Amino acid sequence: MVRLEQDFDIVVVGAGHAGCEAALASARLGLKTIMFTVSVDSIALMPCNPNIGGSSKGHLVRELDALGGEMGKNIDKTFLQSKMLNCSKGPAVHSLRAQADKQAYSNEMRKTLENTVNLTIKQGEITRLLTEGDRITGVQTYSGAVYHCRAVILCTGTYLKARCIYGDVSNATGPNGLQAANYLTDSLKELGIEMMRFKTGTPARIAGNTIDYSKMEEQFGDERVVPFSFSTNPEDVQIEQISCWLTYTNETTHDIIRRNLDRSPLFSGAIEGTGPRYCPSIEDKVVRFSDKNRHQVFIEPEGLYTNEMYVGGMSSSLPEDVQEAMYHSVPGLENAKIVKNAYAIEYDCINPRQLNPTLEFKRIKGLFSAGQFNGSSGYEEAAAQGLIAGINAALKIKGQKMLVLDRSEAYIGVLIDDLVTKENHEPYRMMTSRAEYRLLLRQDNADLRLRKKGYEVGLVAEEAYQRVLEKEVQIKKEIQRVEHVNIGASSDVQRILAEKGSTPLKSGTTLAELIRRPELSYETLAPLDPERPQLPWDTIEQVNINIKYEGYISRQLKQVEQFKKLESKKIPEDLDYEKIGSLRIEARQKLEMYRPISLGQASRISGVSPADISVLLVYLNSR
Amino acid sequence: MNMEDTIAAISTAMTPSGIGIVRISGSKALDIIAQVYRSKGGRKKIREVPTHTIHYGYIYDDEELIDEVLVMVMHGPRTYTGEDTVEIDCHGGIYAMQRVLDVVLHHGARIAEPGEFTKRAFLNGKMDLSQAEAVMDVIQSKNQYALKSSMNQLKGSLQRPVEEIRESLLYEIAYIESALDDPEHISLDGYKDRLEQKLLKQKQRIRQLLDTASDGKILQEGIKTVIIGKPNAGKSSLLNFLTGENRAIVTEVEGTTRDILEEYVSLGGITLKIVDTAGIRSTEDIVEKIGVKRAIENAKDADLILCVLDSSKPLDDNDREIMRLLEGRKAIVLYNKTDLAPEIELIALEREICHPVIPISAKEEQGMEALIQNIKDMFFKGEIHFNDEVYITNARHRAALEEAYDSLTQVQSSLEMGMPEDFLSIDLMGAYEALGRILGKSVGEDLVNEIFSKFCMGK
Repeated sequence: MVRLEQDFDIVVVGAGHAGCEAALASARLGLKTIMFTVSVDSIALMPCNPNIGGSSKGHLVRELDALGGEMGKNIDKTFLQSKMLNCSKGPAVHSLRAQADKQAYSNEMRKTLENTVNLTIKQGEITRLLTEGDRITGVQTYSGAVYHCRAVILCTGTYLKARCIYGDVSNATGPNGLQAANYLTDSLKELGIEMMRFKTGTPARIAGNTIDYSKMEEQFGDERVVPFSFSTNPEDVQIEQISCWLTYTNETTHDIIRRNLDRSPLFSGAIEGTGPRYCPSIEDKVVRFSDKNRHQVFIEPEGLYTNEMYVGGMSSSLPEDVQEAMYHSVPGLENAKIVKNAYAIEYDCINPRQLNPTLEFKRIKGLFSAGQFNGSSGYEEAAAQGLIAGINAALKIKGQKMLVLDRSEAYIGVLIDDLVTKENHEPYRMMTSRAEYRLLLRQDNADLRLRKKGYEVGLVAEEAYQRVLEKEVQIKKEIQRVEHVNIGASSDVQRILAEKGSTPLKSGTTLAELIRRPELSYETLAPLDPERPQLPWDTIEQVNINIKYEGYISRQLKQVEQFKKLESKKIPEDLDYEKIGSLRIEARQKLEMYRPISLGQASRISGVSPADISVLLVYLNSR
Repeated sequence: MNMEDTIAAISTAMTPSGIGIVRISGSKALDIIAQVYRSKGGRKKIREVPTHTIHYGYIYDDEELIDEVLVMVMHGPRTYTGEDTVEIDCHGGIYAMQRVLDVVLHHGARIAEPGEFTKRAFLNGKMDLSQAEAVMDVIQSKNQYALKSSMNQLKGSLQRPVEEIRESLLYEIAYIESALDDPEHISLDGYKDRLEQKLLKQKQRIRQLLDTASDGKILQEGIKTVIIGKPNAGKSSLLNFLTGENRAIVTEVEGTTRDILEEYVSLGGITLKIVDTAGIRSTEDIVEKIGVKRAIENAKDADLILCVLDSSKPLDDNDREIMRLLEGRKAIVLYNKTDLAPEIELIALEREICHPVIPISAKEEQGMEALIQNIKDMFFKGEIHFNDEVYITNARHRAALEEAYDSLTQVQSSLEMGMPEDFLSIDLMGAYEALGRILGKSVGEDLVNEIFSKFCMGK
């Protein structure tokens, strides 16, 4: 039989947030890339909430941007409202979150993809992976066409054997009624890949012109918007912003839900997948937090192209009629028309412990994967993995050392390490509490942390890299200067301190010491520092944070030093754990299963004790 | 785990032998000894003495004299671990030895992990590669042993309060973290005042645990063991045998009844605190009561009863009365005087009572191995353990408690300084982790689980 056969370097399966970043990275690094999607019109689709960023997810976007990814730039071009969250709660947890115009976001990304050299976009469903031995050699589409390649990146999101459910209605479709991918799972299983089934959900969309906003609190964006991307000119994002709205559920809502719980597929057992605890459906919240008499509901625009509004906080898989009643019980939504019902979605994904931290499968060379397929959740988590998978597939083909960020370098490192090292029983969401060195992993210093890596990989341009190098020098110089600016206890100084609500000086001190006072900052102390040089705002920010929190930061730096020691002790790929008799049996089995790349990773596997690590260390030293 | 830390430990078994060695190894070993050692005349600078020399002097904690010691100074790499090493020979018994170790830890050493000296020796090339296997076995078995005895010692005493403190800290961390992760749903308004109160309370609890650790209760560590039996059954011979050469260091605990003596005996690494009364010793004085009254009193709160029977005489009512004391208790019956012709049938006796019966001859020192093995088995199966009040059995626990305490102090000062919440949770976590080490628990997914179970998050 005659079939279409073509050759590429890299095949990307899926065009969601992971797929887009993977395809762009690989094409930009000069590899001949083809990206498959079941629908070209759903490129970079946001099937759930209309936001990018938020606590810790905002960090991921900034890191991805520093490495040369696209998400940050794309949201800067298409946002409707933007906020810096947690402004009063410490620099490490400041986090950007923007409302996106979903259609514009999708269109912009599509344009970028279409204008990328080396990149082919193709509509079609991949049904089979082709391998030779333990090596990937290509993919096959539903139509039978074969695409030979040297690496495949799977970014299938929630499409594999997807099933959308509410009440007793169950549709075998992907999100938003899109076609599911029903064949690839079997091909993966044939290759010995361990699959899991996860579940997530989304709330209803409501017609904006049927909402009574007078009963809700208006939520504005920040007065001065900070862009996501380090390449975006801050002036370009000072746009007129669209508001969101806040309302609440009440006891009536909760009664309706409780009365109909038996009709929920979650409680009746019709849904078998494991759902996320951090993003519970409204029925889940009502059951688990029965002492709360109300829950927040955020009404957020889907975009300028539509009047549809997203009902944040009320995802559900209750039957249609219950949804109607439940949404209508919320103040402001009494007469709201539901455009799209809320639903839960189930899909196949892999157990990510089968991956190396490079996101390549341990047992199939050249096969990479990213995003929800890896058991994560969220656009940002997906994009971050997509970028790393794209970079590493390209580096591998070029014969270069692949990129692994560790837990002390980036949230992306924490994300991937958690995925491939820890037991995951639900879609994994990034959280600031997962990052043990988060004081160092701030969203404000992502460029200082990662631009260099992006540059070395080849995704960051010379000019952008030079800018970061200059910034580094500026920061260092200014910190040194400030440490040595002496401030005497003159009456002028005391007066200015009093004005700022700070206690008077007993004797002379340095400017740095004053900056460390919580009520003062680098900027507010300008009157005491006449010789201060003109510096850009982002340099000032770094100077301020580094001086103010120096004690804490240096403590974490010390911890990182410790951490790095174990990370740098690599474990050979072919290590035979059976030969190490002193390991406890549980540890031996776990190590055999996870095959960690370093002693550090080994130490994070549950069931491996510090003594086992000591034993391993001795063993490695005796080889 | 860190190879650059300076480590310390008591490197002889924790026995009441009176002499024990505290060993320090690492780059700071010499600095540490220089801070705590004073020679007799006060002139000698121990930092400058030649390597592999021994020095007489004293260990001080600030101005307080802790012990009279011999200090051996050895510069690396010609040492067991290959690092600078100092060994302190202590003379003042286990309490003084513990204090010496504490002082050393306070001055910058960390308590060694089980097997860590050996591990370092290997990693520093002081051992042949062919010895790797042996080294790994040592590490693993020492850890298993430490873990087991730590768990046994923890039971009921330290475990409960530490778990409670941890639980309370975890709740606070999860509260802060959930508010940071989901600022729109969970508010931190007014939270700092609440936290301040909680901190005070938890710090106080840790302080209490630390106080019980340092006010001398350490002397009461050990399995409280009572020897009972008729006069001339062989109690004294048994005691003499068990204490052996150690008779010289009988310790008198102040503030207790003068004629009650507590003797410490180490059997295979397990310390028995043998409570002996003057009454039982000089049974002639209360012959008409056969010492039973005393025995009853003492046996009441014993962890272990050793009941001595004279096998060369038939069982009489007194024997039976004594054996009734064993009901429902952890006890071992010693079928003594196997060197004489038996009047009690061993098999019948074993059938009659539900405690282990071990034939011995205290006089001929026979059967002691079996006795020791039996006690060890009971201990490691968790059948017997100390039931004193809260006390802390080893320096590792104390160090962890101190660390937790300091972390909470750091949280307080951050609160005072008006630091943002993010910084509070960092040190709260530090305290939580330190306390976890006492229980042998790592943080793992605790926090994430607590956040999701206690706080309603997101979308």
